[in-house]
Amino acid sequence: MISNLRRLGQFGLELIEVLGRAGTIWWMAIVRRPKASNIPLVIKQIYQLGVLSVLIIVLSGFSIGAVLALQGYNQLVKYGSESALGLGVALVLVMEIGPVVSGLLFAGRAGSAVTAEIGLMKATEQLSSMEMIGVDPLHRIVAPRLWAGFITMPILALMFSVVGIWGSSLIGVDWLGVYEGAFWSAMQAGVEFDSHVLKGIIKSIAFGLVVTWIAVFQGYDAEPTSQGIAAATTRTVVYSSVSVLVLDFFLTLLMFDF
Amino acid sequence: MQMRTLEIVVGAFLLAGIISLAIVAVKVSGFTQGDAADKYSVQAKFENIGGLVVRSKVSIAGVIVGQVSAIELDQKTFMALVTMDIDANVDQISIDTTAAILTDGLLGGKFIGLSIGAEEEYLQDGDELVDTQSAVILEELIGKFLLNKF
Repeated sequence: MISNLRRLGQFGLELIEVLGRAGTIWWMAIVRRPKASNIPLVIKQIYQLGVLSVLIIVLSGFSIGAVLALQGYNQLVKYGSESALGLGVALVLVMEIGPVVSGLLFAGRAGSAVTAEIGLMKATEQLSSMEMIGVDPLHRIVAPRLWAGFITMPILALMFSVVGIWGSSLIGVDWLGVYEGAFWSAMQAGVEFDSHVLKGIIKSIAFGLVVTWIAVFQGYDAEPTSQGIAAATTRTVVYSSVSVLVLDFFLTLLMFDF
Repeated sequence: MQMRTLEIVVGAFLLAGIISLAIVAVKVSGFTQGDAADKYSVQAKFENIGGLVVRSKVSIAGVIVGQVSAIELDQKTFMALVTMDIDANVDQISIDTTAAILTDGLLGGKFIGLSIGAEEEYLQDGDELVDTQSAVILEELIGKFLLNKF
């Protein structure tokens, strides 16, 4: 009984400690102003995290848009309201699926890479040698990645939505024969910039922040062995996927009136 | 990779983001202006347009021949003034044509159906259709039905 209680206390203390360390990293890297000389590093990270993720985002966005069009059409045509297809697909993509699925893909594609890279840097003692020569690894390694994730995610989510809507119009309008004017007019009448699009963008920014934060922290906190790096990479993908989904629920609850 | 190429690629990426934002803002949540080159516009007044919206379709015998381009309120008669763009190649619509607001299926959107008349004069750009038939409002129908019955 007492030992169980002790284990619970241990767990709680560890949790607080981990959160504290993660918070410190975030504070040091983002809030303590990044230097202007770090901008080339940010650009390089935007390339690594963003540009290299474009292909997977475009492919998945197109497939999801096309599938939404196919399935949506199948249901809507029963009620003769297939003209609402564009509206449904656009709302779902812009508000939910765009930010969430690109967040999950981002966690798998970019987050895992960040964790493995930083973990290996730690294992090969590059981080400690940096500290030795007076370079703060938080500024040189962590901050550019956090900023890049923060900038990259909303762009990827928007691309996802645009490609998805294009895919659904390709399937819905050109193939299944939904009238083009109704497809776009219902969409434009129903989707509002400030109450739908903007909230999706806010979501994607939050996801970008959380995913890169988890990835960077797991790498920074990894046990400096090959097994430790493997475990940290797994944790990054698991934790960031779960937190994207949970965070999505709470953000939806907060931002949309129910 | 060289810094220069890297910067160009990242610049293209950021530009793609801005373009995506513009597409979402204009094409998805805003409105677009179609080219009016090969169309002519016809007006019609309706007592009640129901759920007709701009860019609703205009059809003859079920074939789509154009779309609604503007809906205004005529302040004198308090009727809805609907302007529709009709494809220029459909140019033999007689002037006594009837315009009716119909519903696409049970729950579908509203659209305008044109029933061609018998006159040999044809509608020109800017003409007005006189003979119109308002949207069927379900609530009104139910009200009439109830009044007749009881």
